[in-house]
Amino acid sequence: MDQIIVQVLNGLDKGSAYALIALGLTLIFGTLGVVNFAHGALFMLGAFCAVIFSRILSLSHEIVDETRTDFLGNPMKIDVPYMHDIFGPELGASIIDWAVPLSILFSIPIMVGIGFAMERGLIKHFYKRPHADQILVTFGLAIVLQEIIKAFFGANPIQTPAPEAFTGSFDFGVLLGFDPLTIMYPYWRLVYFAFAALIIGAVFAFLQFTTFGMVVRAGMADRETVGLLGIDIDRRFTLMFAIAACVAGLAGVMYAPIVAPNYHMGMDFLVLSFVVVVVGGMGSLPGAVFAGFLLGILESFASMPAVVQLLPGINQIVIYLVAIIILLTRPRGLMGRKGVMEE
Amino acid sequence: MSRQNLTRRGVLKTGAAAGAGLALPTYLSAAGHEGFTNAPSGDTVTLGFNVPLTNAYAEEGADELRALELAVEHLNGGGDGGMLQTFSSKALDGTGILGKKVEYVTGDTQTKSDAARASARSMIEKDGAVMITGGSSSGVAVAVQALCQEAGIIFMAGLTHSNDTTGKDRKANGFRHFFNSYMSGAALAPILVDQYGADRKAYHLTADYNWGYTTEEAMASSTEALGWETVNSVKTPLTQTDFSAYIAPVLNSGADVLVLNHYGGNMVNSLTNAVQFGLREAEANGKKFEVVVPLYSELMARGAGQNIAGILGSQNWDWKLENQLGARYSGTNAFVQSFGEKYGFPPSQAAHTCYVQTLLYADAVTRAGSFAPCAVVEALEGFEFDGLGNGPTLYRADDHQCFKDVVVVRGKENPENEFDLVEIVEVTPTEQVTYAPDHPQFAGGALGTCNNGA
Repeated sequence: MDQIIVQVLNGLDKGSAYALIALGLTLIFGTLGVVNFAHGALFMLGAFCAVIFSRILSLSHEIVDETRTDFLGNPMKIDVPYMHDIFGPELGASIIDWAVPLSILFSIPIMVGIGFAMERGLIKHFYKRPHADQILVTFGLAIVLQEIIKAFFGANPIQTPAPEAFTGSFDFGVLLGFDPLTIMYPYWRLVYFAFAALIIGAVFAFLQFTTFGMVVRAGMADRETVGLLGIDIDRRFTLMFAIAACVAGLAGVMYAPIVAPNYHMGMDFLVLSFVVVVVGGMGSLPGAVFAGFLLGILESFASMPAVVQLLPGINQIVIYLVAIIILLTRPRGLMGRKGVMEE
Repeated sequence: MSRQNLTRRGVLKTGAAAGAGLALPTYLSAAGHEGFTNAPSGDTVTLGFNVPLTNAYAEEGADELRALELAVEHLNGGGDGGMLQTFSSKALDGTGILGKKVEYVTGDTQTKSDAARASARSMIEKDGAVMITGGSSSGVAVAVQALCQEAGIIFMAGLTHSNDTTGKDRKANGFRHFFNSYMSGAALAPILVDQYGADRKAYHLTADYNWGYTTEEAMASSTEALGWETVNSVKTPLTQTDFSAYIAPVLNSGADVLVLNHYGGNMVNSLTNAVQFGLREAEANGKKFEVVVPLYSELMARGAGQNIAGILGSQNWDWKLENQLGARYSGTNAFVQSFGEKYGFPPSQAAHTCYVQTLLYADAVTRAGSFAPCAVVEALEGFEFDGLGNGPTLYRADDHQCFKDVVVVRGKENPENEFDLVEIVEVTPTEQVTYAPDHPQFAGGALGTCNNGA
């Protein structure tokens, strides 16, 4: 029983990331009709926003310590962060420690800007092109973005730790009446799950309860009629693209302490997120969220040692297996609408 | 509406490109017909540096390339000469190899066997490379070594740690300077028992490819021989980034040690997850829970940051060896000086092994007086040398594996800078890590005969 709870918890944080990326993907597909293979790269860029902001906060000046030597025998150079000079060692260290949560503020304008530039600069020229062209150009863009990141940050994962207050694990076992240390769950992953729930809730509320959201939903249902009513739907859809980019970016920022960011992390999530979108139903926002959590939890269960020993390799194919079964029984996905991608 | 792109011009272009691809020469008809493939005819000789510049081991590949470029500079008489000054063999004099200036071509293995074979093939066929070195994955090393054997080219393996490279997949044209899984197990096990006790239960997480399998086998058999029990071992996909689903069940498995048979990005992520799930602070079976990383690297330690503190592992070489353990490891400081002056940071063990392999190849050619692979093989087999940073070393004739001391290291608790992340715990002497050529962990392979190619 305790193992089942552990794997459900594990699935929740991975499912949160899948859900956030898939939400943006399906939002873009539902509004612009574009299959955006660069969406994983936006998740990666978000994680690197956390890396960049951490580095900005840690910017230092060198002082030379004549009493010590470096690896070549020269006097040791020691880096002292400017934050320590400005705010004092203690407050300065705390600000650097809280770099990841603080980088949310830094990443929102950056990701919105990137989303806006991507849509206006490249993707809008592909609206009327076949889906295959859209996939090729966005996939190419993803490769360009990851190579740029690699050129600047190298190929190794970059540790971007959570604040000291969130390191360590919460003992769920004690809370649920099990022995201590049976169900441990890292604090930051709980934070990630809560954060994902907040963002998903905010996107749904925005679409459901604002006039802007209502117009966007109307545009998703019938773009031409909304256009005929004199509403500039393209401008709104551009903004939705920027919002979707921002959601993927924020998912990446908060994921940085869970898996150390590297230039390739977007690709690792991209394919699975597409499976999530297809299983949830193309263009269906609740479908993307539900399928994200469902597949995240299933993947976790399939990685249990007992399951892997019974069915070797199941952990690597379970998501695709479930996707095949769901698509065979429900060809439009779990919550897919009739007519989407069927013309 | 979709557009039909099939045009006459498009068809012609595609046809021309396909024709050009098919018309590429095969290596058996490659340039050079002096009894062996790619015999250098002019006043230059070309070496092929096949390193991972993309994917999981790209950072290792970049450092290997730096070292290889430095080796070429030293062979051609540039710089301060590096390890040429300390190498026990004095055949090399800084005038290239057999008087020919050394040039090189590079390829990206992408940490994938098929891509590595393709780039090695291209360097052999198109660029006329007479030797291939580099690489940072045993899957890649085994694949490229087999290709070089077929093509009649010498393969001086870079960072490859699986027993298979000089075990079941050994080849006459292939040579490995780097240590292997067996040696890691033999060096680490006594220290693990000494530090953590003989009554321990280990749980292995293992990368799902040939290096992972042999490392798990070596670690399990070495520790079990000293009293440990292996309670479980789970294979993890090489592409995995989040290991939480594999780490979470470890605490309830009855194990009190987690052995991470992971390398590069895999290791950074699995170790980070282990720390996040509180394994470093946990207790199991009344003992402090411990994590072990059999194959360490400085680059990995840099990636793992503070998570590496206090964790034991093994290395082929460390840049601090000569400073801390004296002149037995001469050559280390000369290499660190050359590399540090040129690049501004100390070299990794991946860089070291590639640099040494290039010098060893050049030296063997010079002593043999020929670039012919079989002459080089004869010069390297049973070759004993010193002054290349590892102490006295033997290139064993039976399997083309180097035998030398193994460095056991631990992640430093309070590193002074980003290059000082590991501390040397002990150096295990060669005798303790030497095994018979027909040891079961290396069984099933044969060198065969050397191949001169064309």
